[in-house]
Amino acid sequence: MSVLVDKSTRVLVQGLGKTGQFHTDKAIAYGTQMVGAVHPSRAGSEFHFEGDTDHSGVPGRDDTYAVDLPVYATVEEAVAETGANASVVYVPPPFAADAIMEAAAAGVDLVVAITEGIPVADMIKANRYLEGKPTRLIGPNCPGVITPGECKIGIMPGYIHARGKVGVVSRSGTLTYEAVHQLTLLELGQTTAIGIGGDPVNGTNFVECLEMFEDDDETEGVIMIGEIGGTAEEDAAEFVEAEMSKPVAGFIAGTTAPPGKRMGHAGAIVSGGKGTAGAKIEAMTSAGIVVADTPSGMGEAMLRAFG
Amino acid sequence: MKIHEHQAKQLMAGRGIPVPLGRVARSVDEAVAAVRPLIEETGNPVVVVKAQIHAGGRGKGTFEEHPGVRGVNVVTDGIEGGPSAAEDRVRELAQQMLGSTLVTIQTGEEGKRVNRLYVEQGIDIDRELYLAVLLDRAASRNIVMASTEGGVEIEKVAEATPEKILRAEIDPAIGLAPFQANQLAHGLALDGDPGKNFMRFVKSLADVASDLDTDLIEINPLVVTKDAQVMALDGKMAFDDNALYRHPEIADMRDETEEDPAELAAKNAGLNYIKLDGTVGCLVNGAGLAMATMDTIKHVGGEPANFLDVGGGATADQVTTAFQIITKDPNVKGIFVNIFGGIMRCDVIATGIVEAIERVGLEVPLVVRLEGTNVEQGKQIIEESGLKVTNADSLLDGAEKIMELTGVSQ
Repeated sequence: MSVLVDKSTRVLVQGLGKTGQFHTDKAIAYGTQMVGAVHPSRAGSEFHFEGDTDHSGVPGRDDTYAVDLPVYATVEEAVAETGANASVVYVPPPFAADAIMEAAAAGVDLVVAITEGIPVADMIKANRYLEGKPTRLIGPNCPGVITPGECKIGIMPGYIHARGKVGVVSRSGTLTYEAVHQLTLLELGQTTAIGIGGDPVNGTNFVECLEMFEDDDETEGVIMIGEIGGTAEEDAAEFVEAEMSKPVAGFIAGTTAPPGKRMGHAGAIVSGGKGTAGAKIEAMTSAGIVVADTPSGMGEAMLRAFG
Repeated sequence: MKIHEHQAKQLMAGRGIPVPLGRVARSVDEAVAAVRPLIEETGNPVVVVKAQIHAGGRGKGTFEEHPGVRGVNVVTDGIEGGPSAAEDRVRELAQQMLGSTLVTIQTGEEGKRVNRLYVEQGIDIDRELYLAVLLDRAASRNIVMASTEGGVEIEKVAEATPEKILRAEIDPAIGLAPFQANQLAHGLALDGDPGKNFMRFVKSLADVASDLDTDLIEINPLVVTKDAQVMALDGKMAFDDNALYRHPEIADMRDETEEDPAELAAKNAGLNYIKLDGTVGCLVNGAGLAMATMDTIKHVGGEPANFLDVGGGATADQVTTAFQIITKDPNVKGIFVNIFGGIMRCDVIATGIVEAIERVGLEVPLVVRLEGTNVEQGKQIIEESGLKVTNADSLLDGAEKIMELTGVSQ
């Protein structure tokens, strides 16, 4: 098993601009079932993708691919026509929260929002809209979700991944790649890697991902990668101590970040003495999480956590 | 984006939120000219002269050039001497404050240069309270935070007496409900006219937060005047940068003199750069990795000179600009480039580095760690350039190598 996505996941792309096109192509090359696109101004057309297969992805495919992706005016129509159960959002920031809500309204199970720079107020409203609906939102401002060898949704490089036994959940894109790469080199591999995003208001949080990994038979351990700002890591540490039977390793970025400065990610800020790396590391360590000193040590921290 | 107190008060006043009367002054003459109309209009001979900088703690802060002068000064000379005595004192203060460096608990030792003053009517204060609208990340909502403990640092109140902090979550579909405003008023022991005035005030403030996409509105202190008015004696506002596109009138309030010139140049080039005090310059892709790179430099005994995230889709040109910004910092004794290419291709980074060095030269050691997409092409570009670059295999390895090369012992 894995969490969130697998080979049965049927994915729509919302927003076929330059970025959306580029990563849709990479996802198809990886073997993800991309089934349609939503782009009102191009509705009714087909978008052609072709190239060399990425053999680090879904096994047993031909060396090349050629796909004509149908484009729809609305998510509702796209779901009705394609049976899509997931969607990836590359829509520009001013319209991205609306795209998330549209996907939820159409009953899509999983929405992965890659877009960086969505206004906080828009995300507050989108989360309010999602309350009580079965749709799960990952992101925004995240690399996406990948179950190696089955389904890649997002912008992560596929080839650094290898199927294995560790679940990865992270607020940072490139730090996820660091962790994944080390797990691959150490032959621990990944079940699913989830980027929950660097914004102050997002969809799925650490605790929900840890719950999924705890319940997943294939996942034997988890790496969680946090950073300064907010208290999501402290909440996660509490959950790990109380509810998790599986070993957890981690890393927190931003020990040297000066207070009051936003460190690139909209959510990475120490304000009013809250959200420091020190407090997070302490909470995680005392919850039994093995916290790596440097990001180069994340894989080894996982090994130590396995014992 | 932060704005000045006088701008925040202008925004509040424009929405019917009570603030003291005041005038902004960019020169001594403007400050003096503000005094008489204020006194005549309000009938109060007391005025207040407030330094306008993007940092708190002004009331207790003092000027480097004039240690006896504070960032906020109450001028009472008008009580006995009339408006001209108040003018004389304001002239003296404005001469000392404008162009001088105000050091407060929030500015750091280097302080901030004061370029504008706010001259405001004096207020007869009955009670000082605290009021803020800010994001509660865990709740995914804005909240109103209020306290009876106004005029002091709210973080200290939260730590010592958390029961004195009142909170109300704002439902984005409803706004602050009247019952919540009433609960807050009750919790602050405000009844009668002050209670009614407070409810109107807090409701309007919650509306401002949602209409203008604020990150934070902080009114400290919020005062109840002797005549039962509820008024913002101070006002701090910060806005969500990602939402500024829909508020051009607020974007226009940006005061670039409050920002670090290098950080501003980086922002204009689409780079995320924050200047720090150390000696090892960093160029990284991704915010998390950029922070972690700084942390790792510190871990091996060094001090990072900056945070720099070139982002996911940087061009060779942006990398060149990034390099220029880093090398301009005279403290930089060595540079560590740490790239894990995802969308960002290593060959693009390598090309940018080579071009940058050809254009601006390189006087300090450079360690490059490339991993991820097109890593082999990237390494080849650097090798073929013939430049003196040290390769690293991992983040930790790179941090250790730059420490060796810059000659700082661990």
